[in-house]
Amino acid sequence: MEIKKTSLNKLHQDNKAKFVEFAGYEMPIQYSSGIIEEHKFTRANSGIFDVSHMGQLFIYGDDNLINDLEKIFPLDLKNLKLNSSKYSFLMNDKAGVYDDLIITKLDKGFLIILNAACKDNDFKILSSLLKDKYKMVLDDQRSLIAIQGPKSVEILNKILKAVADLNFMSGNWFTYKDQKLYVTRSGYTGEDGFEISISNELAEVFTKELLDNGSKMIGLGARDTLRLEAGLCLYGHELSTETTPIEANLKWAISKDRLNNGGFIGSDNVINQIKDGAKKIRIGIKPEGRLIAREKTKIFNENEQLIGEVTSGTFGPSVNGPIAMGFVDQEFSKKETKILLEVRGKKYPANVCGLPFYKKSYVKGVN
Amino acid sequence: MSEVKYSKEHEWIKVEGDVGTIGITQHATEMLGDIVFVELPDVGSSVEKDGNAGVVESTKAASDVYTPISGEVMENNPVIVEDPGKINSDPENEAWFFKLKIKDSSELDSLMNKEEYDKFAKESGN
Repeated sequence: MEIKKTSLNKLHQDNKAKFVEFAGYEMPIQYSSGIIEEHKFTRANSGIFDVSHMGQLFIYGDDNLINDLEKIFPLDLKNLKLNSSKYSFLMNDKAGVYDDLIITKLDKGFLIILNAACKDNDFKILSSLLKDKYKMVLDDQRSLIAIQGPKSVEILNKILKAVADLNFMSGNWFTYKDQKLYVTRSGYTGEDGFEISISNELAEVFTKELLDNGSKMIGLGARDTLRLEAGLCLYGHELSTETTPIEANLKWAISKDRLNNGGFIGSDNVINQIKDGAKKIRIGIKPEGRLIAREKTKIFNENEQLIGEVTSGTFGPSVNGPIAMGFVDQEFSKKETKILLEVRGKKYPANVCGLPFYKKSYVKGVN
Repeated sequence: MSEVKYSKEHEWIKVEGDVGTIGITQHATEMLGDIVFVELPDVGSSVEKDGNAGVVESTKAASDVYTPISGEVMENNPVIVEDPGKINSDPENEAWFFKLKIKDSSELDSLMNKEEYDKFAKESGN
């Protein structure tokens, strides 16, 4: 299968990107300054991420659509305000996660942002669940550009006036060169920021304007270190069809009133796990030295019994040390629990810790 | 007199008498990206030509370090354990990995000189 390229591919090349294949796309892992510099620049200034490989699914419909989507997602969509966004999941009937996503209410339906590797399968599942009653467009004519970090609001506001008035996890339409862009105040780095859905033809010129105003291109490498420091799950690592949202410690994302009555896909298992406790649970892990415990590193208790596995592990540039997340048996999930990580045949000490590793600075309630 | 030779695994060795100082090349650090962790062979241990002699980890992944020459490790470099970023900033000088007592100097014949290595690195692409 031919590798796909986003509308910013040439811009990546011009910025000396190193490319990797990711979910069938040629994507920049880093640019010339490297992951650590890119990571720190995002935390201190503003970074641009091409996330056009992600799925932008528009579903059009009225109150019937809301009812039908509530049978799928564990959300109170009836009371979701226009242009408000929620983090959620597409689950199977055992509450295993097909994908995690952001759903935003639009005036004529919903916009759902899906992971690149999952989007085609999600589309099939949703089409089948919704019995083709609604118009659904997985829009590959639009690019998705994230701008993240404390200076992003000032930079973006120069180009799209009044973008600074958006609250976190809400969006709106803006006009750029006579075309409509949909902008949400959101992101996946633990920083204040925005995601901009823009036509493919305008994506490059728009991104160049962001660069001219002081933002910089940031690759997938730094995106991963940023999200891990922020304690955020990544599909295929912390989330899969073998893991439920309760096990992944994402109960906060499930609307409270939906937990009482269920009625969404996977609700029986979700409600049971909340009542009885999940057997395994996602934790933060801080190794004691500088050693990095990568994905699939085995986790042992102090008696050297196997209790779990690392799902993501890297060096956190802002915390200046190794960090990891993983799943362990519930009884070993308390903060400060001493654990051992087996790396290259030797066991090294680490501690269970709270998340995030790096404190977020989201903007809440600017209005 | 000292000479520097290079391996296909992107290590360099500086030879002074029967002592070899070993590190990884500039080209290797460019391929690896930001290095954030390093594990070195213990002093007193014996390493075999082309065998494992430590690990470097970048933000992206872990990679094995090989020794281009057999010998006994006499010294390793605490500076890079403390500050692995030095491997990126000065890989072929201050950020040496370990020194060894060369067991068989004829092993050096299989290694490349600077010119050969530069050509090899360029052709090996990434």
